[in-house]
Parts: sequence; C-alpha cells; structure tokens
Amino acid sequence: MGEVLVLVDHVDGAVRKPTLELLTLARRIGEPVAVHLGPGADTAAATLGEYGASTVHAADAPEFADYLVVPQVDALEQVAKAVNPVAVLLPSSGEAKEVAARLALRLGSGLITDAVDLEAGAEGPVATQSVFAAGFTVRSRVSRGTPVITVKPNSATPEPAPVSATVQPLKVLFGSAATGTKIVSRTPREDTGRPELTEAAIVVSGGRGVNGAENFAVIEALADELGAAVGASRAAVDAGWYPHTNQVGQTGKTVSPQLYIAAGISGAIQHRAGMQTSKTIVAVNKDAEAPIFDLVDYGVVGDLFQVLPQLTDEVKARKG
Amino acid sequence: MSLRIVVCVKYVPDATGDRHFAEDHTTDRDAVDGLLSELDEYAVEQALQIKEANDDVEITVLTMGGDDAKDALRKALSMGADKAAHVNDEALHGTDVMGTSLVLAKAVEQIGYDLVLCGMSSTDGVMGVLPALLAERLGVPQVTLLSEVSVADGTVNGRRDGDTASQRLSAALPAVASVTDQSGEARYPSFKGIMAAKKKPVLALDLSDLGIDPADVGLAGAWSAVDEVAERPARTAGTVVKDEGEGGRQLAAFLAERRFV
Ligand SMILES: Cc1cc2nc3c(=O)[nH]c(=O)nc-3n(C[C@H](O)[C@H](O)[C@H](O)COP(=O)(O)OP(=O)(O)OC[C@H]3O[C@@H](n4cnc5c(N)ncnc54)[C@H](O)[C@@H]3O)c2cc1C
Ligand SMILES: Cc1cc2nc3c(=O)[nH]c(=O)nc-3n(C[C@H](O)[C@H](O)[C@H](O)COP(=O)(O)OP(=O)(O)OC[C@H]3O[C@@H](n4cnc5c(N)ncnc54)[C@H](O)[C@@H]3O)c2cc1C
Repeated sequence: MGEVLVLVDHVDGAVRKPTLELLTLARRIGEPVAVHLGPGADTAAATLGEYGASTVHAADAPEFADYLVVPQVDALEQVAKAVNPVAVLLPSSGEAKEVAARLALRLGSGLITDAVDLEAGAEGPVATQSVFAAGFTVRSRVSRGTPVITVKPNSATPEPAPVSATVQPLKVLFGSAATGTKIVSRTPREDTGRPELTEAAIVVSGGRGVNGAENFAVIEALADELGAAVGASRAAVDAGWYPHTNQVGQTGKTVSPQLYIAAGISGAIQHRAGMQTSKTIVAVNKDAEAPIFDLVDYGVVGDLFQVLPQLTDEVKARKG
Repeated sequence: MSLRIVVCVKYVPDATGDRHFAEDHTTDRDAVDGLLSELDEYAVEQALQIKEANDDVEITVLTMGGDDAKDALRKALSMGADKAAHVNDEALHGTDVMGTSLVLAKAVEQIGYDLVLCGMSSTDGVMGVLPALLAERLGVPQVTLLSEVSVADGTVNGRRDGDTASQRLSAALPAVASVTDQSGEARYPSFKGIMAAKKKPVLALDLSDLGIDPADVGLAGAWSAVDEVAERPARTAGTVVKDEGEGGRQLAAFLAERRFV
C-alpha cells in the first residue's frame, strides 16, 4: 500500500483530535505518514505513532510562525515530491484548506474539501461530502494527480493502531512567495476550560431567544453540567452576546456531535448547515412553528428560562 | 497613486430555495432563483470603504458565470462599484475550483489590479479556497479570511481570527485578500445607485479573450469528479411536547433514555 500524507494539526506538539481522525481514515486507503510543522515534533511523535504513523516528517523554522500559509505549502510540496504519496489528507480548518488548495495546484492535482467520510475505491479514495446545508450527500473523487482531501472534524472515531514512530528531520527550502504575508502579531484564544466546539460530544447552543450576554449563563450552566461545548447562532453573535468563535453554521463552525441542544434558535438554513448532521437533536423554543422542530428527536415548546434551569437541576440530580 | 481593486463576486442559487443537482451532477442553476452571494457583498462593501478612505481608487467587479450572473454584477455596480467584467462561455459548464481559479486569474490579469478582494466562501460550493488559489496563480501574497481590512502606503493590513489565535497580517500590494461576514454589514443600493448602475460599463469576456484552451475547463477538464449525489433523507419526526411546568424534567428523562446523562 502506498503512503498517505497527513498534515498534523497541533499547538506546540499537542496534537489536536482531528489529526487522530485523519490518521484513522488514512489507514483505510494506505499507510499513514505524518507531516509535523513547527515546534514539538518529538512530543507529538508518541501520539502520532499510537494512531499508526510510523514516520513523522518534521520541520521547524521561524517561517511557520511568522508567515501565512505558504511556508506550510512549501514543506508539504517537498515531502509530497519525495514520497510520492497516494493521497494527502488535511483538516478542514480555514487555514488547512488554503494550504491544501495551493498544494494541490502545485502538484497538478484535484482537490476535495470538507469530506465527512473517506474510503478506498477502484479509482482512488472516494470522499463523502455533505452539501447544500447538509441537504445532499455527494460521493466524489479526485480524477487527476495525487488526491488532496480535507476532512471535517468528527468525521471518524479515532482508533489506535500503535507503531513506533520515527521522526525524520526535514529541511525545507522556502520559495520566494513564502515570506509574502507577514504575521505581525498573534493573540491566542482564551481557554474557557470547556471542550472544543468542533470536537465536543455534546453542544448546547443559544440564539436570539437568550436575549442578552448575561443570560448566556443559563446555556453555560447546562453545558457544564453535561460536559458540553457552548455554541451560538449568528443572531446571538451579531448582537455581541457571545464570541464569534462559538458560532455554529455556514459562516461559523460545523458541528456533528452525538447531541445538539438548540435553545432560542429558530433553525434558519444557514444555522442548520452547521448542525444538521448531529446524531441527536433537541430544541427548546417558545414558538411551536419554529423550523428547528422539523429536525428534532425531542423538542420542548416553552420558555427556555423555565425549561433549561429545570433540565440542568434534573441532570445534576440524576448524576448525584 | 491610483489603486485598482478587482472584486470577485459569484452568482449563486438562493440558499433559502430548494437547491438541487442536475442530471450531470452539477448544480442545477435553473431550479432556484439566483443572486449575488451574500458573502461577496461583504467584499464589495470593503472595496467601497477602501475607496472612500483613499484617493483615486477604481473598483471593477468580476464574475464567472452564465447569462444570469449579470444580475450579480448589476447589484454590485448599484452598491457603488465603477465597472464590471463578465466571463461567460458555454465551455465553462461544470468547471471545478482549479479551472475557476485559472479563469479568474487570467481575467484579473487582463483587467489590471493592485488588490483582488473576495468573499470568505461562496454560499453554494462553500470551499473557501478560491482566494488562496488566485494568489498562488498570480504569484502575489494572500491576505485572507479577514474580519478587518485596510490599505495604506502600498500595503494591505488586516485581522484574521483563526481557530486557536487571532492574527494581524500585513503584505505588500499587489495582493489577494478575502473578507468574512464579520467585516461589517454591506450597504443597500440607493435609488441613485441603481439608476447609475444601468450606465456603467460591463466588459464581456470569453475563453478566447483570455487565451484559455476550453479543454482545460468545464466538466471534462475538471480534476475532480462527482460520482453520486443523494438527497439526505428527512430526519424522522421526533417527539415535541409543550412545557406545562415539567418540560425540563421530561427532556432530562429523554436524555437519560438516550444515555446522555
Ligand atoms: C450568508 C449568510 C450566512 C449566515 N451564517 C449563519 C451562521 O453561520 N450561523 C447562524 O446561526 N446563522 C447564520 N445566518 C443567519 C441566519 O439566516 C439566521 O438569521 C440566524 O440563524 C437566526 O438566529 P436565531 O435562530 O438565534 O434567531 P431568530 O431567527 O430570531 O430566532 C430566535 C428564536 O428564539 C425563540 N425564542 C425567543 N425567546 C425565547 C424564549 N424565551 N424561550 C424559548 N425560545 C425563545 C423564537 O421563537 C425564535 O424561534 C447566516 C445568514 C446569511 C445570509
Ligand atoms: C456542493 C458543491 C461542492 C463542490 N465541491 C467541489 C470540490 O470538492 N472540488 C472542486 O474542485 N470543486 C467543487 N465544486 C465546484 C466549485 O464550487 C466551483 O468550481 C466554484 O466555482 C469554486 O468554488 P467555490 O464556489 O466553493 O468558491 P469559494 O472558494 O468558496 O469562493 C471564495 C470566493 O471566491 C470568489 N469566487 C468563487 N467563484 C467565483 C466565480 N464563479 N466568479 C467570481 N468570483 C468567484 C468569491 O469572491 C467567493 O467569495 C463544488 C461545487 C458545489 C456546488
């Protein structure tokens, strides 16, 4: 079987969960080989090996932190040309999608973004995409060059397949475009202590019905009781009640948790685009006609300020 | 110093309509009314704000699309763009993102540019990669996914809010930028704007004008292929109860039954 390059998503060597999903999917179509850019490869290697990567191509250089996107493209291109992989897999973050696109163009290869599943096929890897606000499922493949595919978080359950990983240092020869866009400064996101929105098993989201930033405490209380991440509709974000990083929907995050709880959210198509593939959907809304009820496994027509605190207390009681 | 901005805008099927695929697995562009992608209005808005803040700025809006796509150009012109270019050619039907970036890159070069502005993604394909591909093809910096953008002294600056950090970016012109829906509400066309738009020039371009071989674009020239499309089965209707004072507890019982608590 040929090698499948996987770009590692990490913060200083702490591997993020989508990478483990990519390694798991990569094993269906070939032998996973990780590409780790930036500091921390030795830390990451243990985790990467745990999920089946026997080789970790690792490069660290100031360019990765100081300039946007292109240094990563240079590195991946160099590895791809040396290894000649059967596919390259990247996470579906805004940044990794841009890296994927430029890499594909340089390799003369087709690109598929936002796959939610991946399997081997007679003519190369077959990707499943969920499109038109998750109204359709599409199966597609790259028909020219080395398939470059980005995969959405929560598309597979990470399965360990331990091997011992060898770190192969990589010296990247950066092209002139690498230093085109300077990252002048960087402000890390504040850690809320809650699970990552796209990775969480449970998401509790609030919308315009929450009616004020201070009222989001009702959403957070339920989320914390369930060990859930907190989401918000664009209406709530635009009103300034909750940060944009927590927005669920077409122009926010796509989530696909085991359980999605929508409170005070009407269920507009652009919101559904970001949560429709959740396994179980629950809604609390005082309008019985709200379109969100078309999606639910369980819905409560009522005031969220009555229903949610009662639910939170009941969850606490059942746990205790 | 003059500044030439080209804004790339896409004409897309209305997302609130009943979108479908055609027989050949391409987007059915007849079944649902089209419009200027809402996310590209943000790019037009930022171009207009840059024009207001700088001297001697000219804004061209560019689209690749069928005959109806001129509606997207009209709307952008009525918002205040100066002129438009429309790449329209039978051979473009079914073009993938690689082909689209080739066509737009050639068109942008032909029009002449200092800054190319795009939306964060289309509302139909939603790949969000076209601006990066344009930068790669044009050999200029990409300054993308900005929630804030400004141009001064031959550089473009902006703020990019990523997953783990917020970054301040800077690049020399010429460059390709894209803006998100956090960059500021787009203005509505005024009556005066709508009237003025009717007299603004629209340059018509086809593949031969751009020196592109039709074999490199279209469904046959695509580097990716769709094998199968299926409508997602409607979710089976669930239980909806009215809260009579027990709604929270009923919901807790449901969650317990599904083993979430
Ligand atoms: C290009 C584009 C992209 C977009 N991207 C996104 C996106 O990424 N994410 C997103 O969410 N939206 C997005 N939108 C906006 C989307 O169209 C809707 O406007 C938005 O989702 C509405 O948010 P909402 O449901 O919170 O508000 P509303 O539609 O106003 O609904 C509020 C709901 O709360 C209920 N309610 C009020 N008070 C209470 C109460 N006390 N208890 C219980 N229920 C109550 C009401 O009955 C109502 O159903 C986008 C739009 C466009 C055009
Ligand atoms: C559901 C669906 C899935 C698809 N999946 C793939 C895929 O996996 N691989 C693939 O190669 N192709 C795919 N395509 C085709 C691809 O969407 C089109 O080729 C499209 O022209 C470019 O991609 P986008 O619309 O996603 O653009 P994006 O990258 O999302 O667009 C970003 C910005 O580029 C500009 N722009 C985009 N298109 C135009 C245009 N025609 N004219 C002017 N400006 C424009 C706009 O400023 C826009 O905001 C898909 C199409 C659909 C409808």
